Amino acid sequence: MAGQTHSTTEGMHEAIEVPAAEHGAGFPPFDSTTFASQLLWLAITFGVFYWIMKNVAVPRIAGILEDRRDRIAGDISEANRLKEETDAAIAAYEQALAEARNKAHGIAHETRTKLKADHEARREKVEAELNGKLKEAEAQIAATKTDALSQIGDIAGETASALVEQLIGKAPTKTDLTKALKSAMN
Amino acid sequence: MANDPIHQFNIQTLFPIEVGGMDFSFTNSSLFMVLTVAATSAFLIFSTSGRGLVPTRLQSISEMAYEFVAGTLRSSAGTEGMRFFPLVFSLFMFVLVANLFGMFPYFFTITSHIIVTFALAMLVILTVIIYGFMKNGMKFLKLFVPSGVPGALIPLVTLIEVISFLSRPISLSVRLFANMLAGHITLKVFSGFVVSLSAMGAVGIFGSILPLGMTVALTALEFLVAFLQAYVFTVLTCMYLNDAIHPSH
Repeated sequence: MAGQTHSTTEGMHEAIEVPAAEHGAGFPPFDSTTFASQLLWLAITFGVFYWIMKNVAVPRIAGILEDRRDRIAGDISEANRLKEETDAAIAAYEQALAEARNKAHGIAHETRTKLKADHEARREKVEAELNGKLKEAEAQIAATKTDALSQIGDIAGETASALVEQLIGKAPTKTDLTKALKSAMN
Repeated sequence: MANDPIHQFNIQTLFPIEVGGMDFSFTNSSLFMVLTVAATSAFLIFSTSGRGLVPTRLQSISEMAYEFVAGTLRSSAGTEGMRFFPLVFSLFMFVLVANLFGMFPYFFTITSHIIVTFALAMLVILTVIIYGFMKNGMKFLKLFVPSGVPGALIPLVTLIEVISFLSRPISLSVRLFANMLAGHITLKVFSGFVVSLSAMGAVGIFGSILPLGMTVALTALEFLVAFLQAYVFTVLTCMYLNDAIHPSH
């Protein structure tokens, strides 16, 4: 109620003294009668505000920001650790791969050498066998040839003796015949 | 009376309180101080109540305000200046929200009263002086004697430095007060033109387009000024605090 009266009187006051207001006397910001109240309430409200900021709001926001910074830093270091692990795994894998490749090379080489040796041995064996057979065959051929040749001498002797008998009517002696054959065959 | 551009700055008593002949009444100014403090505190506390690792929109506003003030303070007063962070943050938020509240129609602008801005400026200057002497002792007086000045000029330079130091609370408070006062008066005058012109018939309504446009543009400008003056107040506070921490130039 009193407040209303106050504002009404002030309203009237201004209505009467508008020119004075423009000269600064009734200008509200320079009205020193309101200073005490403004200062008191500013001190109370700003004091409370400062207390709330200092003890609640600022620590809370600072905490949030710090948590986030820590979390990000933690995540980055975790990511780095995982990356290192991955790199190590890749290196191990590549080493294993290289080892396996070397081993495979070794096995292939060994197998090839073994096969070659086997092959060579078998070939030599077969060749030896063939050589043996060849020699046998040659011996047989030679025997047959000698045989045939000796038979040729006999046939030639008989033929010659028959021819001579036909020509001269008398069979040559065995000695002459042999002599003659020998000289003819040589 | 509605057209009087000064009317909006009137202090109206809501609950009269008188102690020892002094008028400590709860006024519209006190009401808006309480509203400013309550709204700002509530916003900062509730928006951060989730303490989200990934902030919500409101939480990022609070975080941005915090980091903005922290960045300003750290860049002008260094890491040591961070001990004043609660004070600087409170000043920035209080002045900013008070200025922005003043942009609402029928709201009272508490920073449009010189005594309020002067009190805030004196709070800063007294903090600077008290902390300056506590930390540096008599060396704090070096603030007034810049190094590298020729001997003959020292008295003159010192006099200038003292005057400049003493004018700081005045310039700090008058800048904020005058900006808010002038802006609100201009806004009121131009919007008053719209009302009185449009009462003059068709031509008047057509003619009132210009002041209406001005009012819209000025409203935007005033929002900028509301933020800018809060920022300027904060930056200067940081620079003065830097003097208290590092008095030698």
